[in-house]
Amino acid sequence: MSTHSQTPTLSSNAASATSHELVIEAGRSERHYYLDLWRYRELLGFLAWRDIMVRYKQAALGVAWAIIQPVIQVTLLTFVFGKLAGMPDGGVPYPLIVICGTLAWQFFATAFSGAGQSLVSNTNLISKVYFPRLVIPMAALGVALVDFAITLALALPVILLLGPGIGWQLACLPLFILLGLLISLGAGLWIAALTVRFRDFRFITPFLMQVGVFVTPVGFRTDILPGWQSLLALNPLAGLVDGVRWCLLGGHTQLYLPGLGISLIVTAALLLSGLWYFRRVERQFADII
Amino acid sequence: MTAPILEVSDLGKRYIIQHEAQHQGTLRDTLHQGARQLWRRLRGRDRFEKEEFWALSDINFAVQPGEVIGIIGRNGAGKSTLLKCLSRITEPTRGQITLRGRVASLLEVGTGFHPELSGRENIYLNGSILGMTRAEIRKKFDEIVAFAEVEKFLDTPVKRYSSGMYVRLAFAVAAHLEPEILIVDEVLAVGDMQFQEKCLGKMQDVSRGQGRTVLFVSHNLGYVRQLCPRAILLDRGKIVADSDTSEVLKVFSSKTVVPPHVQGAPKGPRITDIAVDPELLEHGDIAISIAFESPYVIQKPYTGITILNELGHPVLGTDTSSDPINDLKPSQGGTFRLLLKAPPLASGRYQINAWLGQNGRGEDDHWPSAREFHFPGHRIRPPQFSTELAGSIDIGGHWTLL
Repeated sequence: MSTHSQTPTLSSNAASATSHELVIEAGRSERHYYLDLWRYRELLGFLAWRDIMVRYKQAALGVAWAIIQPVIQVTLLTFVFGKLAGMPDGGVPYPLIVICGTLAWQFFATAFSGAGQSLVSNTNLISKVYFPRLVIPMAALGVALVDFAITLALALPVILLLGPGIGWQLACLPLFILLGLLISLGAGLWIAALTVRFRDFRFITPFLMQVGVFVTPVGFRTDILPGWQSLLALNPLAGLVDGVRWCLLGGHTQLYLPGLGISLIVTAALLLSGLWYFRRVERQFADII
Repeated sequence: MTAPILEVSDLGKRYIIQHEAQHQGTLRDTLHQGARQLWRRLRGRDRFEKEEFWALSDINFAVQPGEVIGIIGRNGAGKSTLLKCLSRITEPTRGQITLRGRVASLLEVGTGFHPELSGRENIYLNGSILGMTRAEIRKKFDEIVAFAEVEKFLDTPVKRYSSGMYVRLAFAVAAHLEPEILIVDEVLAVGDMQFQEKCLGKMQDVSRGQGRTVLFVSHNLGYVRQLCPRAILLDRGKIVADSDTSEVLKVFSSKTVVPPHVQGAPKGPRITDIAVDPELLEHGDIAISIAFESPYVIQKPYTGITILNELGHPVLGTDTSSDPINDLKPSQGGTFRLLLKAPPLASGRYQINAWLGQNGRGEDDHWPSAREFHFPGHRIRPPQFSTELAGSIDIGGHWTLL
């Protein structure tokens, strides 16, 4: 599907009613896909807004959900890693290490599972309306951003109160949020497309989460494990967690740059392959969903 | 002459039906099937049997700007697949579609409505899903609300709406789309009669008043006749007729294949044949014979029919309970004969539904749309007296001016 020869007509209504020729042919959907995606940015916004509204309207406890789960997780992980395993804290109160790790992890978990389930939960849209299907998993990231903003707002006072103080590093936080979005999208695209094709991939997400929380340095700092840093960095979430911790704790944990580099490369690979697979199966979605 | 706004050439859509793997939906099944396929291939056997099914083939037509076209056909003729290809939801297997204008497709009323969101929020959401920009929706918002008659409930979640309100709101959003090409599938079949009339009026505005190009699928031939000067008839994925609606409707009713008769209980009594006497029909009488057979003797054989007009509405019915047979004998087979002496029906096409049974219950066999016939009527009604306008009864009248 492509759009070319844009000739604006003197249409009385709607400024966007430009007349354009569109040719639909088998296997022609490749061209101008991303231009189309840009055209549908408003829909992206509306779908994200819908998900956010629904999430906070439906739940009686509303915002509380975004808090209860992380609080329990922080308590548990502090106990397991800080007390039981006796991991070194490097001069930072142990709960803070876990709080920062959990913030990053929770952000990823919400974004990833949202994007992964997004296609199946929007079946009716896919079988009834055309738009670039990438809009759906991308819109699902919106909820994760809002959740993250809420939990961050609640965690910041604790970090300021107990912590060694924050610094200029905080300004880098948006970059790491972007990294988190890209990781979630890359992994989410794979799961979303695979779930349409094979419904049992739905059950893989919770499993991945359970494993993920332990292979990701959520409950411990990586700079105290020099030998493991490069290996851990193969999990792009390690780069994310380290980065968020570094931003929020004012540089009192070290940012291992080679590790971050590896994480970035893995993220890029994940995202590009995810896009490739998603685009490959996208045109069959309506037929098999 | 301007270029057609919509051109379809050699369009085909193929689906693959897999026979052995009925649920190919899970990874396990796919792995399982893959392994079996590999095994078969290693042993030099055939691959899995796959059957191709062309939901559409060799579809060619062009639409000029401002045309309103009805697409008709029986269930499974490929109407919905065609609309899905045109609206880019699914990709064609072959051929080409050229669209020269903004397209909006309305394959369902209220796509993307979320029950938790309020009416106001859903207007924006649904509008955006249907392809309107935020600015457009804002501009049309009051009009939409007025059309849907839901002013008071704008901030109520739509899950608390009555189904009528829900449908009205959904249609109202869709009706205010302003694309150059509008593709509509069977959406008028919602709401109460009054609202349907309103929707029909809106559709007429859209097509006639605003010069929009519309492709309209409906099972209601009356709507097609009312809205569309031109119609396309699809049958088994191919275009059978493409011309003036009245011509196409004629082809449609003559082409209507008698559905293969699914017999009643495999070893029970069943209807074997139904016939309408053509000679009596010419004289304005309807004589129907219903032949049946049974593996055993039926003590009190029973049968009944209803006659439906071309819109599918029943116009009359009779059975052997309401009009009993005087000397009913136990029987193992035979032919019922029904005479309707000069029924006051208007000229037109009619269908017969028939059923068979015993002791006043027609449970043994049922044959819907068993036969179709053309009733000449007692006179030719003026063309504006269509069935959808004046009904199927034509008894004349005595007018005087005082």
